[in-house]
Amino acid sequence: MSLVFAGICSHAPGITGRVNMADRAVTEELYGAYRGMADDLAASKPDALIVVAAEHFANFFMNNMPAFAMGMAESYEGPIEDPKWLGIPHTAVPGNAPLSQQLIREIMQTVDLAYAEEWKFDHGVMVPLSFLTPRYNLPIIPVNINCQGPPLAPLHRAWALGEALRRAADQVPQRIAMIGTGGISHWPATPDSGKINEQWDREFLRRWQSNDKGAMLSYTDEATYRDAGQGGFEIRTFISIAAAARGQGRLQYYRPIPIFSVGCTIANMSIGN
Amino acid sequence: MSMSLYHMQKFLFDINRDRDLQRQFKEDMRDVLNRYALSPEERGALESGDIGLIYVLGANGQLLMHFAALLGMSWVDYIAAMRAGVGRHGPVRAGVYAMTTRLDEKVADV
Repeated sequence: MSLVFAGICSHAPGITGRVNMADRAVTEELYGAYRGMADDLAASKPDALIVVAAEHFANFFMNNMPAFAMGMAESYEGPIEDPKWLGIPHTAVPGNAPLSQQLIREIMQTVDLAYAEEWKFDHGVMVPLSFLTPRYNLPIIPVNINCQGPPLAPLHRAWALGEALRRAADQVPQRIAMIGTGGISHWPATPDSGKINEQWDREFLRRWQSNDKGAMLSYTDEATYRDAGQGGFEIRTFISIAAAARGQGRLQYYRPIPIFSVGCTIANMSIGN
Repeated sequence: MSMSLYHMQKFLFDINRDRDLQRQFKEDMRDVLNRYALSPEERGALESGDIGLIYVLGANGQLLMHFAALLGMSWVDYIAAMRAGVGRHGPVRAGVYAMTTRLDEKVADV
């Protein structure tokens, strides 16, 4: 039928895995914001949720690394991480293979992407789902952008992917929701973990909320690496959502939480014509 | 990327996602490592679980973070091990996970 919901949120594994090391009041505030997003998502009455996440070497490696990939399975499983380490129990997550196929056919009119009938979810998908669909009863269609192993797809191709996702969502009979997950500035999995460039984050979120395509696509990977760390490459997922939604964003929550290694972010975007 | 760094990371990728390989690694570490074309330094680091050296050799952080968890390391110990590795062996030699903070800096109080 159409795209009925669009949003972005953080997916850092510490959000669920290191909750016992964080300030309780801060965590409750963040978890409340995730619950708010879950309510907004449910109110849109989606038939399926497309999750645009960043590659973390969970499913693909440098022997065969797609710039973009999409799941095409009847069901998925996760988390790939130790469930105790991540704080999320291992579970099966429903997919929708025929819907995936329909979407992929349309996307391929403009964007070449890989597809996979086998896919293990890591924190990039599981952390958001643990809040948004905690009973894992909504069919999920995962989309992966390589933000990990350079050379990475240029930002304008992440935008093109988002445009293609929107076109595809508008062509199927189902009500489609879509989220992008990732960090803005962050230096995860290094001794710098917890370093956050709040000013950079807020400027990126300003560009994202106003859906300023030119400003969002003007970042270079060199400057992003310098100012926002290798984790900043994940802005690709947020940019895809802006391209798909074509609306105006509204920031629901932003707060740097060093023990979670990221400026925790929750925002949604109106669906433009 | 050097060919052996590719293989060290391939090992980390494989073991992080394959529960059978995790079991085999616990039973006979050497047999599993023989399947990968590793430099002596990489092999030694993996055999001894030297997270600091594996980090300095250029292993991707997403791969290393999960491997450290697999070895049972706490978050605090994992961060400390990487920092100590840089102190002992010098800056990270490859990849995009270089350390940019000071050796005595505790970024998130860990």
